[in-house]
Amino acid sequence: MTRYLVRRVSQSVAVLFIVTVIVFAILHFLPGSPARAILGMRATPAAIQAFNVANGYNRALPVQYVLYLNRLIHGNLGFSYHFDQSVGSLLVLDLPKSALLVGSSYFISLLIAIPMGIVQALRREKPLDHTLTTFSFIGYAMPTFWLGILLVVWFSSDLHLFPSEGPQGASVGAALSNPSALVLPVATLTIVTVAQFSRFMRASAVENLLQDYIRTARAKGLPDWQIVTKHLFRNSVLPIITLVGLSLPGVLSGAIIVEALFNYPGMGWLFWTATGAHDYPVLMGFTIVVAAATVIGNLLADIAYAVADPRVRLQPS
Amino acid sequence: MTSTDVLDPSAPLVPGESAVGGRGLRAAVRDFSHNPMGMTGVIALVVMLLFSFVGPLLYPTNQTHPNLLLITRHPSAQFPLGTDAVGYNVLGRLMVAGQSTLEVGLAAAAIATIVGTLWGAIAGYVGGWVDSVMMRIVDALLAIPALLLVLLLTTLVTPSVVMVIFVLGLISWLITARLVRGQVLVLRQLEYVEAAHQMGERAWRIVGRHLVRNVIGTVVVQATFEVANAILLFAALSFLGLGPPPPAANWGGMLNDGLNYVFDGYWWLIYPAGLCIVITVVAFNLIGDAIRNSLEVRLRSR
Repeated sequence: MTRYLVRRVSQSVAVLFIVTVIVFAILHFLPGSPARAILGMRATPAAIQAFNVANGYNRALPVQYVLYLNRLIHGNLGFSYHFDQSVGSLLVLDLPKSALLVGSSYFISLLIAIPMGIVQALRREKPLDHTLTTFSFIGYAMPTFWLGILLVVWFSSDLHLFPSEGPQGASVGAALSNPSALVLPVATLTIVTVAQFSRFMRASAVENLLQDYIRTARAKGLPDWQIVTKHLFRNSVLPIITLVGLSLPGVLSGAIIVEALFNYPGMGWLFWTATGAHDYPVLMGFTIVVAAATVIGNLLADIAYAVADPRVRLQPS
Repeated sequence: MTSTDVLDPSAPLVPGESAVGGRGLRAAVRDFSHNPMGMTGVIALVVMLLFSFVGPLLYPTNQTHPNLLLITRHPSAQFPLGTDAVGYNVLGRLMVAGQSTLEVGLAAAAIATIVGTLWGAIAGYVGGWVDSVMMRIVDALLAIPALLLVLLLTTLVTPSVVMVIFVLGLISWLITARLVRGQVLVLRQLEYVEAAHQMGERAWRIVGRHLVRNVIGTVVVQATFEVANAILLFAALSFLGLGPPPPAANWGGMLNDGLNYVFDGYWWLIYPAGLCIVITVVAFNLIGDAIRNSLEVRLRSR
């Protein structure tokens, strides 16, 4: 276990390091310089020179990278000149709201997708399985924003059930105080995620159904419901642990779309606004934070998986 | 290989044995043609291709000059799917938009497949620290949500179809690289690769002639999924206003234009383009699944 831990942790550190290199490279090759952006179009060459010297932008690239890395490690993600705030403070403000959106969608998706996949596996190649498979194929093929638009047309424009705009306000509390406004954004993200998760869940359950231990359980006369709950469920849910970590980038991509569509003031919305304003510090800072969340999420998922299934950690790399 | 490979939907049952060649290919094609879902996908795809590329020849419409006298007309005999906010014929526009959408999907997947196969094959064959570094780069890029990368890259370039193809291609090769590398790790231990090595074949020749050929099954399956993903990403990009500007047309862009009329009941600006995307993406996913199944069936019957 220790060896497995050391290997996975050092891999994750290496990955994070490469992420910073990639982000630094993109930042460097972006058009326009920070000096121009901060001092404005009418800044004199001398002022720009002074700014560059003061901030180390005149140094060699590797030195600049080390300085950048040093700032990152100390939690300094940069300063947004568009929002006139540090990226860190924007993050503290907006991250919880995105976490609320993504977290609740994840939770509901798992609640739906796990039983759905198991039922499909038990009734595989039967009408119910085909129907649910069709739904997940279509859900998987739907552009997230189109799904969101359709939900708005049906439930907001036609039926007047839910507002077409996400909850506004600066804090999670404000978002939670208007739960009906949360319905459509969460539903959009949930449907897309269920389509993805249920396919994995079905595949995992089908694979487990073919295993000998299920046959043994049947042979010793265990009732079907016990086979499903005690044996099948436990074993086929295990791989979902890793899926939750792996799918984080995809779900966050979806969250950007959902937040832009429903005008939900979270990280995704901010990122989208920053793209329009060419606010590179925000784009970079958030990319790093999201990548770090993904890497750490995957690491935790792999460790959880290794704890649950000894075959994983004993596998030669 | 890490535990996460278990979850890969396109991982073959027996790594390294999904070789397609000679007689095997014919059997795979036969299996495929007997798969109703796969054939549904093929038919849907052919219909969308004909609609997009032959359609405009049979039903030519003006898609470059806005006509403000004809805005947001309801569907009628003259305009079967009405007109949009600047007076374009929506049915005709769907066809033209389909061309660029399909082109972007196919071309981006082609770039992704070539880059990913070579990257994975080299990493797997060379092994050692080169492999480690190459795969950590893949991990790092996979850790950044695709949409974030696309948004970052599109702020760098002026959006055009060619640029979108390159940007999508350059972020879509990661899964392919992982899959190919996993298979090559197994393949390179097989006798025939060892034999080729002993006979003094150069490394690049072994990679190109023996390894890449034997992972083609996996690569083709993944490529069809990448087409579907690229089309969805392209649509997302257009929705966020970062697609090629008008008069260039694509399905995602049409949906984005229709977004302004959600509360006006102009259904023809909201449903048709979305349906086109869904049909095309489902078609590619069905084809990919069917190819994978036909390769796996052959393995089981061996």
